[in-house]
Amino acid sequence: MHLVAQSLDFALSHRPEIVVALRQHIALSAAAIAAASAICLPLGVAASRRPWGRSVITAVNAVRVIPSLALLAFVLPWLGLGFTSALIALIVLACPPILVNTDIAFRGVDQYAIEAARAMGMSDAQILLRVQTPLALPVVFSGLRLASIEVVASATLATLIGAGGLGDIIMAGLELEQPAELLVGSLLAALLAVAAAAAFSAGERLAVARS
Amino acid sequence: MSASPPEIRFDDVVKTFGGAARAAVNGVTLSIPGGTFAVILGPSGCGKTTLLKTVNRLIEPSSGFIFVGGVDTASVDPVRLRRGMGYVIQNVGLFPHMTVSENIATVPRLVGQDDAQIRRRVDELIDVVHLPPAEYRERRPRALSGGQQQRVGLARALAADPPILLMDEPFGAVDAIERTHLQDEVAALHAQRARTVLFVTHDVDEAFRLADLLIVMRDGRVEQSAPPLAMLARPATAFVSDLIGADDVVRRLRAIHVSAALEPAGETDAADEPSVDSHASLGDALSLLLDGAARLAVRDGADLRGVITVAGILRAARRGATAS
Ligand SMILES: Nc1ncnc2c1ncn2[C@@H]1O[C@H](COP(=O)(O)OP(=O)(O)O)[C@@H](O)[C@H]1O
Ligand SMILES: [Mg+2]
Repeated sequence: MHLVAQSLDFALSHRPEIVVALRQHIALSAAAIAAASAICLPLGVAASRRPWGRSVITAVNAVRVIPSLALLAFVLPWLGLGFTSALIALIVLACPPILVNTDIAFRGVDQYAIEAARAMGMSDAQILLRVQTPLALPVVFSGLRLASIEVVASATLATLIGAGGLGDIIMAGLELEQPAELLVGSLLAALLAVAAAAAFSAGERLAVARS
Repeated sequence: MSASPPEIRFDDVVKTFGGAARAAVNGVTLSIPGGTFAVILGPSGCGKTTLLKTVNRLIEPSSGFIFVGGVDTASVDPVRLRRGMGYVIQNVGLFPHMTVSENIATVPRLVGQDDAQIRRRVDELIDVVHLPPAEYRERRPRALSGGQQQRVGLARALAADPPILLMDEPFGAVDAIERTHLQDEVAALHAQRARTVLFVTHDVDEAFRLADLLIVMRDGRVEQSAPPLAMLARPATAFVSDLIGADDVVRRLRAIHVSAALEPAGETDAADEPSVDSHASLGDALSLLLDGAARLAVRDGADLRGVITVAGILRAARRGATAS
């Protein structure tokens, strides 16, 4: 229980630094998720409606085998150190789960429900909005949830290219052999990932209730 | 809506799907008079669904024309065209994320009816398809049996009171008893409010139970189109004869409704004559006639609907028998 006391002590005495790191972490993760969603939600819907969609999804899925660390190393020579590099790497990381799940979600909507909707005289836009989207939402949201967990976890590596975040605290803890500092940084990153997932679950419930 | 329901006319309709060697629908010319309950019968893959879907333009024909009420459907906005036609399919296609009442309210909402109006109409329709509204209004489709889902699908198709109803093997996934109930209810609905109905099935018994006009298809073509009794008396080809089981006339007559050969009672008081219920089949009527009755009074409760005679059945069998 010694470590817990030490960690608490560290957290209380370093509040300003922790708050800064937390803010950076949230900003970086949120920007990455937002950008990846803006790109991949429409792309996923489009892919689900076209024959070539499958091959695009397979190609994008292959990106998932690249570890986040390798991604960071990959963007570094082009974009240099800093926020932008970290952001791009995290967007690349967030895209596959969002894209894949959106494609699967929209492909999975009952074809007969769509046919019935069309036969009742719904326009394509009405079918998308009133039938396909509400039915696809749960799977789309699970993709967003997965992406947010991956992004928040991987954003701890942003410190390696000077983009800050909770990784700063974790790295400092490692270098200075301060288990308390290491613990605080890791714990906050984990909590943030859980919070992000919870936020998307809440968003899903809200969206499903309203549609 | 007091206007009489529109005629549906196919003029040399061909549909060849991309990449297919043979046409799925291969030159169908056919007229379905307004108010007719027409049943398209044929083996699986003969093009029934394809032909049906050309009517509401879920499928566009490769060539040929479809006229509804005399208007070329190709000249009508498909969304508008479809709002005037109910559509019911075997797979139901209910919206799983909506309640029963929301499903039924789809078209009234699309056309912008107000909430009170929609609520009244939904209750009315749930009642029409014999589901207790209070119990079912707020349920989700997955909490219903297959037959109940099909009733909701029917109610949804009827919501805007369309003059045309397209049905594609609507009772194919329902058990036999429920299926008979649904057939009776569809027939009763048609008796109450005439619509032009195009009903697809591969079930011969079902076809004979429901059809005013029976259309037999084979390999994308219409093999014969005639009233069931006439087709039974004079099947145009061996294929039709085999398909409808024309050898087993007695069995088929059991499926045909007495109204197919009903004639006016005339001036004679039929009070003492043997009678059959108006829901009886021609098979029932024929058994009684063979027992020695010269004619049968057809009664709906105390009301005399008309009479049935052997000669009348023969006349009905000849009516339209030359059509093909
Ligand atoms: N969308 C489609 N693409 C290609 N071929 C089709 C399509 N729909 C139906 N067909 C083919 O057209 C023929 C007629 O099909 P269909 O109209 O569904 O028959 P039925 O309803 O009588 O069983 C079949 O050979 C079927 O395989
Ligand atoms: Mg079919």
